[in-house]
Amino acid sequence: MASPSTHTAHHAPQGFIRKYIFSLDHKVIGIQYYFLGLFSVFLGMSLSLLMRFHMVNPNVVVKWFATLWPTAAAGGIMTPELYLSLMTMHGTIMVFFVLTTVPQSGFGNYFLPIQIGAEDMAFPVLNMMSFWTTFLALVVMVAAFFVQGGAPLSGWTAYPPLSGAGPLTGPGEGMGQNLWILSIAIFCGASLMGAINFIATTVDLRCKGMTLMRMPLTCWTWLVTAILGLLGFAVLLSAGVLLLLDRIAGTSFFLPAGMFINDHIIANHKGGSPLLWQHLFWFFGHPEVYIAILPGMGVTSQLLSTFSRKPVFGYKAMVYAILSIGFLGFLVWGHHMFMSGMNPYSAMAFSVLTMCIGVPSAIKTFNWIGTLWGGKIHFDTAMLFALGFVSLFVTGGVSGIFLGQPALDLYFHDTYFVVGHFHMIMGVAAIFGMFAGTFYWFPKMFGRMMNETLGKIHFYLTFIGVYCIFTPMHYVGIMGNPRRYSDFSNVGYLANAMPLHQFMTYAAFVTATAQLIFLFNLIWSIRKGAKAPVNPWNSTTLEWTVPSPPPFDNFGGVHPVVYRGAYEYSVPGAPTDFIMQTVPPQVIAQGD
Amino acid sequence: MQGPPPPIDTGWGGEGDSSGRGADRRASFTGLFVLLAACTMAFAALSSAFVVRRGLSDMNDWVSIGKPPILFVNTAVLLLSSFLLDASRRALKAGARSRFNLYWSAATGLGILFLAGQAFAWYQLRQAGIFIATNPASSFFYVFTAAHAFHILGGVAALVYVDVQALRLRLGPAKRTAIDVTAIFWHFLDGLWLYLMVLFYVWG
Amino acid sequence: MLLAPVVWVLTVVICYFFIAKTWWFPPPINAHGVAYDTQFMRTLIVVGIIFFLAQFALGWVIWKFRNDGGRASHSHGNNKLETLWTSATALLFLGLVVMGTKIWAGVHFDEAPPDSVQIEVMAKQFAFNFRYPGADGKFGHTELRLINDANGDPFGMDPKDPAGKDDILSASLKVPAGKSIKLILHSRDVIHNFFVPELRMKQDIVPGMEIPLHFQADKIGVYEVPCSELCGLGHFQMHTTMQVMSESDFEQWKQQQLANR
Repeated sequence: MASPSTHTAHHAPQGFIRKYIFSLDHKVIGIQYYFLGLFSVFLGMSLSLLMRFHMVNPNVVVKWFATLWPTAAAGGIMTPELYLSLMTMHGTIMVFFVLTTVPQSGFGNYFLPIQIGAEDMAFPVLNMMSFWTTFLALVVMVAAFFVQGGAPLSGWTAYPPLSGAGPLTGPGEGMGQNLWILSIAIFCGASLMGAINFIATTVDLRCKGMTLMRMPLTCWTWLVTAILGLLGFAVLLSAGVLLLLDRIAGTSFFLPAGMFINDHIIANHKGGSPLLWQHLFWFFGHPEVYIAILPGMGVTSQLLSTFSRKPVFGYKAMVYAILSIGFLGFLVWGHHMFMSGMNPYSAMAFSVLTMCIGVPSAIKTFNWIGTLWGGKIHFDTAMLFALGFVSLFVTGGVSGIFLGQPALDLYFHDTYFVVGHFHMIMGVAAIFGMFAGTFYWFPKMFGRMMNETLGKIHFYLTFIGVYCIFTPMHYVGIMGNPRRYSDFSNVGYLANAMPLHQFMTYAAFVTATAQLIFLFNLIWSIRKGAKAPVNPWNSTTLEWTVPSPPPFDNFGGVHPVVYRGAYEYSVPGAPTDFIMQTVPPQVIAQGD
Repeated sequence: MQGPPPPIDTGWGGEGDSSGRGADRRASFTGLFVLLAACTMAFAALSSAFVVRRGLSDMNDWVSIGKPPILFVNTAVLLLSSFLLDASRRALKAGARSRFNLYWSAATGLGILFLAGQAFAWYQLRQAGIFIATNPASSFFYVFTAAHAFHILGGVAALVYVDVQALRLRLGPAKRTAIDVTAIFWHFLDGLWLYLMVLFYVWG
Repeated sequence: MLLAPVVWVLTVVICYFFIAKTWWFPPPINAHGVAYDTQFMRTLIVVGIIFFLAQFALGWVIWKFRNDGGRASHSHGNNKLETLWTSATALLFLGLVVMGTKIWAGVHFDEAPPDSVQIEVMAKQFAFNFRYPGADGKFGHTELRLINDANGDPFGMDPKDPAGKDDILSASLKVPAGKSIKLILHSRDVIHNFFVPELRMKQDIVPGMEIPLHFQADKIGVYEVPCSELCGLGHFQMHTTMQVMSESDFEQWKQQQLANR
């Protein structure tokens, strides 16, 4: 049933700039975000390799360190402040420019409109601006490396007064920290633009028959993620503005009176509260981690269903789980602050809520296994990554049961147990969601297939590799290994942890090298991969009804009509083991 | 037998249809409300910081600042501009194009006047020796008014855009959404300003 | 499919190292620590079972339901099962929190006993400093402008205040065994954190706040105190020790310190 198309249609862009640089096409923008994320993840990974190297070789001379950092690594030995600035930038770049961009702005931008039957996002110009604003934020962030004093050393969490009192607290705390704050503020703006688009598109541009409960779970996760981002980044922006003012305008939002830093009495600040920053930051920070993981959960649900040829087990429950995770995500921020000096009674309240949020996460895990149960599983690489996601999500999630109890956090706060927990869940499970999405949607995006052999080798090396890197972090955490230490030689009881740290470093280097297989596979396949059919996975959702890659306006001027839910696999009596969403009911009856 | 009268073009387009002007209009409103939600959160964050910081003032460093009386004039200007915007929308509905142009331009002018008035208020504060870092109360005053002014600036840009389009007689039905969205955004900023005035005068 | 045994092997290896306690806590030195370890074990058992079963189930479905050409079973879910495992999870998780409340309460809801040994802790970039009030039980007045790190006075003791004359300054923490200790935590610059693994206790030290932390240490020995909140480039070196000694030794130490002033 054709209906007149609107703003974006019929005007395919002409010229290189309009087509690939300042494109209004959500598909191009999605790919732009994807490659921004790809660049960022390799940058972030390199930083972590430098960190891991230094942790186990703190006194080793590496000549090219001195070339890259003449002051911070004079003589070829990484100084502690350099280590901390690498750590700060590693966390910041990974969380913001990888985990917040690729799953949502990358895949979501590309596939949300198509999966709901729309021609484009609701506001294509805003969409383009959101990408270039993100790009600007990345440029400003990377610039922090190159200013005097270098990048900040206060961690991605930037707690004042360390981050708020200026260069007295340490190298990198001058212009570097200012640029960091500026970059984050720009990123907040970009996120807001994206959130407006995602929400308006999902609410208003669904095609006929695409009710909310017929949407693929990916669309649900993109919607809730956008809402989380909308509300969370607004708060981060306010907090960042206040921090910047403390730094450059002499205000005292977060800086208390009576500080004596580096032989200087800080007289001009009055009664600000460092804890206020933590509250504001984590009010954003906790929803942020759900922003990082929810789209990956959506992709996993989609893939587990497709590749086991079974509907998602408990679709409705999955939707409610996504909604509850989103909602509860705003109520648990205090679990990052159990040891902060905040009111201990609020700590108990936050703890109870934190345990509550474990429930919808558990529901999702049970339902994933339920989806696989009784299925006919095809082990394409995309599916391997989705299965890997489930395993890693379980591993990463369960350590949260320890950390969510303030009684146990009395030991584990700021130890490697925490580092292991969040890396498992963000640094690995979420990344696996991205890999899964890549292998699944690559044929649609680029019209070619990725190489399965390379994909499987990469998967196994990475899956085993990340377990080798991050599980030992829990063990050294139990030993009491503090985090954010550039060097462990000063703490006697950590001598026994060193063999594990060595092991983790080796595992990190091997796993990082294995990522080159993926990179090669990606780039090579874009140019030389086998031509992809319209629906290589016999999947049911709308993106598989259009050519690979889709035309400019996705559906060629025709608006799809949807008649059924997103996961009609192995329907008894149907001629094939999948029924696309656009297939009307009569057709199936005729097939009998 | 006569069929049902043709639907009046309220600019909403077909029902249940994700294409056409209707979808654009609906999406624009959704986008606006989403934007307003974000703005609300940003000011909520600042407000909670305000409450916390004020509560911490056991060192008595929270000194209520003397607020320049021009703030009341600015408030009146802003309220008047909102009223005029609404009047202009009603005029447009009634088909009175030139009245629409007049009121809308007047509202735009008042919006700019508001910003000028705010700048003057800051000038007066500085003359009185009250700067952003003088004490926490002054810090919040400057931060809130600056954040609000930043949003007003965006609103003024939208007002000017509509004004220019109107004066160039390029305000067809498709632009109605822009008018409505801009007006609602402006009213929101109005309401936000009233809230801020209460904050300043009662707790500031 | 290969993934199933991989998942199983990883699971077994991970569980093994937890069961074998290959890398483990140092032994606790007080009742709080013992209670802590009990709560940890409870959580570990619950989590361990969930972890093992979930990974096992994942591996099992991967193995059992690999594609063999037939049709998959068509099921949209099972509400009864959903309700069952949802409630079980909720009960388990919330139960754990409730069980741990007593430990948390013991540290933070209860006030330090009135006869506790009071010790002021002053954290700075990059050292801990300790101050004992001496026989008069009062801490002498301090001022920032009197701080003289080079001369061993990181507190900025006011020489005009008589209450400070018997204050004892120390770069490491000395406490008597078996007695309640009340630390009063201050920072003079950025956020730091006081952590003693054997005590199973840590607390952020926040500038602008005065945070009490009370505990009792029962076992004589010297225990390391590594700073546990990022405080700058010297964070990894910010480190002191807590020495737990007999009461008589503690008194002797105090006398010695006063004599040396």
